[in-house]
Amino acid sequence: MTSAGDPLISARQVTRILPGVVPTTLVHDVDLDIRAHEFVAVTGPSGSGKSSLLYLLGLLDLPTSGEVLIGGRGTAHMDEDERARTRLETLGFVFQFHFLLPEFSIRENVMLPMRALGRLTADETRARADALLASLGLADHAGKRPDQLSGGQRQRVAVARALANDPPVILADEPTGSLDSRSSEQVFQILRDLVDRNGKTVVAVTHDLGLAERMDRRIRLVDGRIVADAPTAHAA
Amino acid sequence: MLVAEIAWTHVRARARQTTVALLGVAVGVGFSIMMAALMEGSQDDFIRQLVDALPHVTVSDERRTPPAQPAETAFAAAEFHGLTPEVRRPGIKNPLATIIALDAWIPGAAAPSVQTKAVLRYAGRDRSASVVGIDPNREPKVSTLAAKMRQGTLASLYRATNAIIIGNRMAERLGARVGANITVQGERGRLGAQVVGIFHTGIRSIDENAVYVLVKTAQILAAQTGLVNEIRVRLADPMSGLEIARRIEAETGYKSVSWQEANEDLLSSFVIRNVIMYTVVGAILLVASFGTYNIISTITHEKARDIAILKSLGFRAATVRRIFVLEALLIGILGAGLGWILGYVLCLGLGSVEFRNPYMDSNYLPLAYSPLHYAIAAGVALTSSLVAGYVPARKAARLHPVEIIRGAT
Repeated sequence: MTSAGDPLISARQVTRILPGVVPTTLVHDVDLDIRAHEFVAVTGPSGSGKSSLLYLLGLLDLPTSGEVLIGGRGTAHMDEDERARTRLETLGFVFQFHFLLPEFSIRENVMLPMRALGRLTADETRARADALLASLGLADHAGKRPDQLSGGQRQRVAVARALANDPPVILADEPTGSLDSRSSEQVFQILRDLVDRNGKTVVAVTHDLGLAERMDRRIRLVDGRIVADAPTAHAA
Repeated sequence: MLVAEIAWTHVRARARQTTVALLGVAVGVGFSIMMAALMEGSQDDFIRQLVDALPHVTVSDERRTPPAQPAETAFAAAEFHGLTPEVRRPGIKNPLATIIALDAWIPGAAAPSVQTKAVLRYAGRDRSASVVGIDPNREPKVSTLAAKMRQGTLASLYRATNAIIIGNRMAERLGARVGANITVQGERGRLGAQVVGIFHTGIRSIDENAVYVLVKTAQILAAQTGLVNEIRVRLADPMSGLEIARRIEAETGYKSVSWQEANEDLLSSFVIRNVIMYTVVGAILLVASFGTYNIISTITHEKARDIAILKSLGFRAATVRRIFVLEALLIGILGAGLGWILGYVLCLGLGSVEFRNPYMDSNYLPLAYSPLHYAIAAGVALTSSLVAGYVPARKAARLHPVEIIRGAT
């Protein structure tokens, strides 16, 4: 049970080393807390460990040492199924590339996480998928395949899919990285609204410092270490 | 349901690959069914002919071990050389009493017969023959001879003093017809006989060589009054031949040979044949399963990114594994279904091909239509599909999503 001020996601001395002939440290001794309703930008140069940190926070990867806590609950003891269940219920992912399943319609793609969770009936699942798509301006495209949409539209579908199970946290890895400036702005606004209007928490990895400054908090990584963690001017 | 939908979507989206894999399984199943039907059909046909043509148990006037000579019995410790052995009268002792005793308990019927050799002479042509003396009243109960008669009946043997029934090929060779008077030269006797019937069994050796007369006529030819050197038994269940033969031998002391024992070498060759058949069938289906393995491997390879996404969304590894195993099963099930149709059609096709054998009458290939063949072929196909799908599915389920996502970005 977490209170309003408790962090939704915490990293405690998290280190991730890729084994190999020459082991590579991706994330080094990171401590951080992500609280409810935060819009956090993770920035840094290429290879600084931004995406790696996001994958660790999203339980897609396991730390070599340290621990990630979700809602105050440790995850080190969790098996793969438990981590999968936590991702399904608590976290939503948006990647740089939309990663929609090409054989399925837009609606079916959005319905996937809901169907995997299995809490809603078929009708409720469909209705929620349509509502999410409508809220992102994609109502007319529900029956189309991903390859019939533009890059920006696909990324919005990916956001809708991330929201399918109404998770409190959205983790976005370069969500505007492959989009033109107009689409990029649209996707950013959607994420902004998720925080401001829907009370979600968004952690977004970005190269775009302009966008990062329009978020609430900016964490800067260099060589896997947090070198700066402060509210942005926008938050102030 | 979700798993099935994803599996079906993957399989459907790769129509060409799926079709090739399906055809692989279908051809494997179809040809396996056809082979099994052909092998078992020919085996059944052969056994049926054996069972129909021969007595199920033959009791002969021999012993398994030759009886001891008087000198051996009287002087067990001494050894004599140059003694003339005791000559025993051939034939089964008290044959009618033996038959009546057998009739009381065997599940079938018994009939006496006299086997002897003779030469048939007609219009200057000589042909050797195996003469069988039969009882026309009992014979229909122990053989199918009555049903094989083309002219005359078994009862016709009573119509003339020395009546004889000959095979159609023997008749052709002698140039004799029903009503012809022929000379029969036995081992020790000679008589004139009238042809009263002609039979055709379809087995060349029998149609060419065997002739039937009354028991007493055969006894005259063998110059042995009251001789019955064989009792033929036909059973309600031919498969019980071994057991019944053993019991008859124990009760009468005479060598009793079941049809299985008489054809032991042939029957044991069927075992080897079946091993070969099932090995070939297994190999066909194994090759077909490579197709399934190939497509599932290809799909999992192509779908690595989708697998990573599903896992990142929160799909469990077991769910991902189930998707691909189900895809393999779908190919297996659809392939087996198509294979059943193909197998049935192939059997129908083969069954309609006329097959000529100079020694037999069978005009068409004998095929066995057994649900077991379909079940075995489908079972092996599904199992091999399952194994072929499980290996890449397990690999897919173990994929680390981060590695794929990193690679894609």
